[in-house]
Amino acid sequence: MWFEQVLFFITATGALAGALGVVLLRNPFYCVLSLVAHLVALAVLFLLLQAAFLAAAQVVVYAGAVMVLYVFVVAYIGGQDEAMRADDSLVSSFGPLFAAAIAVELSFALIGTGLEALDTRGAEVGPGFGSPGQIGALLLRRFLVPFEAASYLLLVAAVGAVVLARRRRGLEEPPPPRREAPARERLEVQA
Amino acid sequence: MDVVWFLVLSAFIFCIGAAGVIVRRDPLVILLCLELMLNGGNLALIAFARMHGGEAGQIFALIVMVIAACEVTIGLGMIVAMYRNRLRIDVDEMSELRG
Repeated sequence: MWFEQVLFFITATGALAGALGVVLLRNPFYCVLSLVAHLVALAVLFLLLQAAFLAAAQVVVYAGAVMVLYVFVVAYIGGQDEAMRADDSLVSSFGPLFAAAIAVELSFALIGTGLEALDTRGAEVGPGFGSPGQIGALLLRRFLVPFEAASYLLLVAAVGAVVLARRRRGLEEPPPPRREAPARERLEVQA
Repeated sequence: MDVVWFLVLSAFIFCIGAAGVIVRRDPLVILLCLELMLNGGNLALIAFARMHGGEAGQIFALIVMVIAACEVTIGLGMIVAMYRNRLRIDVDEMSELRG
């Protein structure tokens, strides 16, 4: 099916471009928007793999809700451009080398694996594969314990976020009047 | 499409995310790069589920999405707390846990 292949290469290019944009763009706001594009492209890839429910969840939960949270936080903390690292920094040259090493290693693992099914389109599956009904039945029967554990984990994370981000009054000196210049500019003024 | 194409793509996405985690300094962007790595893993899980013909891998990917959401809420809460305490939003400056 040439249509499937064309769609795969278009969305794969989009996903890779979005991922590169997240890493390379300097403004955090553009990074978030780039990740949204990446997630939508990835949802199309999920559809190609017949994971319809996961594709919908990816768009609704990830690209919709989680990214809105990111945009709010970027707007709240100002979203300044990130300062360049010093050129002699070891880390900035080590990062791409490390990534290239993992890529080579993963490629060797993929080539060297004995899985013959990798070069096929996958097992024959029925039309209902990955539909919400099938996923829901699995979640509530075979995978009930992981499902409940995940829901408790979400609850704990929500409570933890509230505890982390609340204003701590009485624990430290009363903070100076708020709504001044952000911390980074104040440091520069003092210097 | 052969399953191996999806696996190669997921490996590339994972590596780009790993490079971003190391190179970037803004903790917010580091969280975004962590999302990239988790999504690379998700794509591999779903590709293997398609190859295997069972939906257990998709459930696994769904749980990974839940973990990612938890990580985002905690991470963003910490970034907001850093901002409230007037610390620099920069991982190179943040070398101690004491608030």
